[in-house]
Amino acid sequence: MKTGRFWAWLTFAIGMAYFFIPLIATFEFSLRMKRGEYSFEAYRVVLGDPRFQETFGYSVIVAVFTIILGVLLVVPTAYWIRLRLPQLRPVVEFITLLPLVIPAIVIVFGYIRMYGSNSPLPFLGTARGTDALLVIGYATLALPYMYRAVDTGLRTIDVRTLTEAAQILGAGWTTIIARIILPNVLIAVLSGAFLTFAIVIGEFTLASLLNRPAFGPYLQLMGANRAYEPAALAIIAFIITWGCMSVIQVLARFAPKSANRPN
Amino acid sequence: MNEASVSTAATAAQAAPPEAQRGFRLPTHWLGVAPFFIFALMFLILPTLYLVIGAFQNDQGQYTLDNIQQLYLDESIRNSYWVSIKISFWSATIGALVGLAMAIAIVRGGLPGWVRSSTMTFSGVASNFAGVPLAFAFLATLGRLGLVTIILRDVFGINIYAMGFNILTSWGLILVYLYFQIPLMIVIITPAIDGLKKEWGEAAATLGATTWQYWRMVVIPVLWPSFLGTVILLFANSFGAIATAYAFTGSSLSIVPIKLFAQIRGDVLHNPHLGYALAFGMIVVTGLANIFYIWFRTRSERWLK
Repeated sequence: MKTGRFWAWLTFAIGMAYFFIPLIATFEFSLRMKRGEYSFEAYRVVLGDPRFQETFGYSVIVAVFTIILGVLLVVPTAYWIRLRLPQLRPVVEFITLLPLVIPAIVIVFGYIRMYGSNSPLPFLGTARGTDALLVIGYATLALPYMYRAVDTGLRTIDVRTLTEAAQILGAGWTTIIARIILPNVLIAVLSGAFLTFAIVIGEFTLASLLNRPAFGPYLQLMGANRAYEPAALAIIAFIITWGCMSVIQVLARFAPKSANRPN
Repeated sequence: MNEASVSTAATAAQAAPPEAQRGFRLPTHWLGVAPFFIFALMFLILPTLYLVIGAFQNDQGQYTLDNIQQLYLDESIRNSYWVSIKISFWSATIGALVGLAMAIAIVRGGLPGWVRSSTMTFSGVASNFAGVPLAFAFLATLGRLGLVTIILRDVFGINIYAMGFNILTSWGLILVYLYFQIPLMIVIITPAIDGLKKEWGEAAATLGATTWQYWRMVVIPVLWPSFLGTVILLFANSFGAIATAYAFTGSSLSIVPIKLFAQIRGDVLHNPHLGYALAFGMIVVTGLANIFYIWFRTRSERWLK
């Protein structure tokens, strides 16, 4: 047992070294911008760069719309599948897994060919349309995570009883979903939302191929042209990812643990 | 029994919306999921089908297998598939083995509780820390001016670049991909290791098994399907990834997603339908990987109830 613990510590230590050395090195590198001394100059330059502010702001807005679209799409569907059409569950689950099978670059390639300015649905004809297509594409990429989060949330509440109670009190479908179901799965929805945010904020492929001024292409451009700023940006990106994941963890603590329905 | 089923039927009838109880009720039933299916059709299935069909057509719109054949005959395309598969295979295999070792260490190694919880938290973050910033981090670590490169050179007198090391190669990329592959393995495989019941170990010990026999005849066979399944998932995960590689090496490293990226940007293959075939080939590879994944997953679930 003693030797077992030794090997466990050793494995853990090597793993930690692999994971922490790049973070330390990146941080150290980001402080080296001024010759001969450590400073936060690179961070100052990056945060003061108007292109940074524009692209980051753009990506935040896109992420917010992606989350809204994802919630509008997933919550009613997952609810309805649980309440009325359980026989469709395998089909819907299969579809929500497809974005993990079809690489993002293939999906956006399809969009570019299908929704060009000469097509019946010319999303790519205008800047607004392209923004919309970008949001749609991100919502598609986030579908597996969003659906799973919401479906897990729905499992912990008694959908049927809540629906019946609301109907007895005279609620319509919109009221039921917006004021009964959504608040009850809010924590699950928020977890999905923060994961979506973490995915969308630095995404490169879709934004670059659709030529949108998002944060991901900006990062790539900085990487190709600057030395110290990319390291500072990597640290900022890591903090954002870490922040999103921490929020999800904190939320998980508030989520109801026991399922009061067998299925 | 009878009473129960009668009352279920009754609740089902009551639960129907008021408007649906009168007359024809099928459409309202399906209307609830219609937006989802329309969305999936328009923005997931049809765009993919468009490329798949295009892969089997020529410029005149006639059906042909030429493009698919070209994937194999064109040496640069064949090579890019080969490099992609190699990178994905090694990053998945090494990532899975290291991830498994770490998962076993934190679950079974008798380490304090905070080790496990902090490793799981960090894995959640690192498995999502991919794309462009990850490439930056490794350039700052093992690039020509990276911290580790400099420390090795100035403190230990080892100049890794003089020894032929270069981070901007497929092995460099594998090293970078491990940064999200290992944590992903830890996140997925830890529940499977938790599923190894203590009783099995005790039963084996009671029957006189050595530790090695317990591992060989109980642990490995039980974990095997989840392990293989996750390896395949990791494979698919890195096969479609592009942002890290692109930020890392620009277009110098010829892997399939980067080739496709260049093709979408500016028809570098001078044949749009060959571009479709390139995309189709990617779907085939990740699709096959996922079929195997699902197959292994169902086999492993027997033990993880």
